Amino acid sequence: MGLLDYFRTHKKSSAGVAKERLQILVAHERAERNRPSYLPQLQQDILAVIRKYVSIEQEAVSVNLEHNDTQEILELNIVLPDQNTAGLAS
Amino acid sequence: MGLTYEESDLARIIVVTSGKGGVGKTTTSAAFAMGLAQRGYRTAVIDFDVGLRNLDLIMGCERRVVYDFVNVINGEANLNQALIRDKRCEALYVLPASQTRDKEALTREGVEAVLQQLADTFDYIVCDSPAGIEHGATMAMYFADDAVVVTNPEVSSVRDSDRMLGILASKSRRAENGSEPIREHLLLSRYSPERVKNGEMLSLDDVQDILALNLLGVIPESKAVLNASNSGTPVILDEESDAGQAYDDLVSRYLGEELPHRFLDIQKRGLLGRLFGG
Repeated sequence: MGLLDYFRTHKKSSAGVAKERLQILVAHERAERNRPSYLPQLQQDILAVIRKYVSIEQEAVSVNLEHNDTQEILELNIVLPDQNTAGLAS
Repeated sequence: MGLTYEESDLARIIVVTSGKGGVGKTTTSAAFAMGLAQRGYRTAVIDFDVGLRNLDLIMGCERRVVYDFVNVINGEANLNQALIRDKRCEALYVLPASQTRDKEALTREGVEAVLQQLADTFDYIVCDSPAGIEHGATMAMYFADDAVVVTNPEVSSVRDSDRMLGILASKSRRAENGSEPIREHLLLSRYSPERVKNGEMLSLDDVQDILALNLLGVIPESKAVLNASNSGTPVILDEESDAGQAYDDLVSRYLGEELPHRFLDIQKRGLLGRLFGG
């Protein structure tokens, strides 16, 4: 570590890092806290239905509920596998 | 049958809570209760940490404990036998925790009955919550009107405080009855302006960006706190000390006075102080 390094690397303060980590974590945990308890089961059920037709991973289905002032939006995101790997091994 | 204390408006119940341990709940409960009592309000401070009682030590009345909270709940003693009158301030009483290992000894009905009885004769009831989110902590907060959330400028403490806010909003009598929610206040303790300036500690603004609570006060990191607990004196009685003054401001603020927040900036030391350190 020379004098030049001192000027070159402007390291982020540890408090800055702490704040950033906290903001992400707390936002995530608040969303988790406010989501209805049926969401995980809903996700499992949807997964089971899709698996009747396409082989997908657990993570391929995400279910999210968002609130804004006037409405609630149930967001459903399903990632289908690539064409060549798709199809059920029957 | 009769009025509940919420309706009768006789006593205000304040829970001192945090989630995380070691952030200064008992120090705060002792100082806050003493501050209210010094202003002439009849105040009872209750230790909810069943199994690990500490408030009696911080209050300096550990050798006067005969009966405790659980004895009263179980009908083994009446409330007046268990309440310890503070020797420094006649408006202040301490209800010590039991050292029983049975955590479930605090029943909701039992706690309610004791609070209701206290509410007849006291102005303020300060509930010193144990750490965690288990039974004792939920009992301490259930009947509260106000919550003082004690937080250190440190990641795990801030996260736990946020978690606690979620619990306060859902698992209290006020939440269950759909009445006006618990008033939540932030108490930021062990604050070191030097470390904040050096970027080594979350600042008050950083913490407020996340928690966004009504700020009751900031208690600086202070040698006075350990000195006070060593001698069993609530730190608010150390009027010379920064922490003592910060707690005094905080009590006034709670009672509605508008005071500027002190101890947020680096205290300038005099020439002698700088020469000799300390």
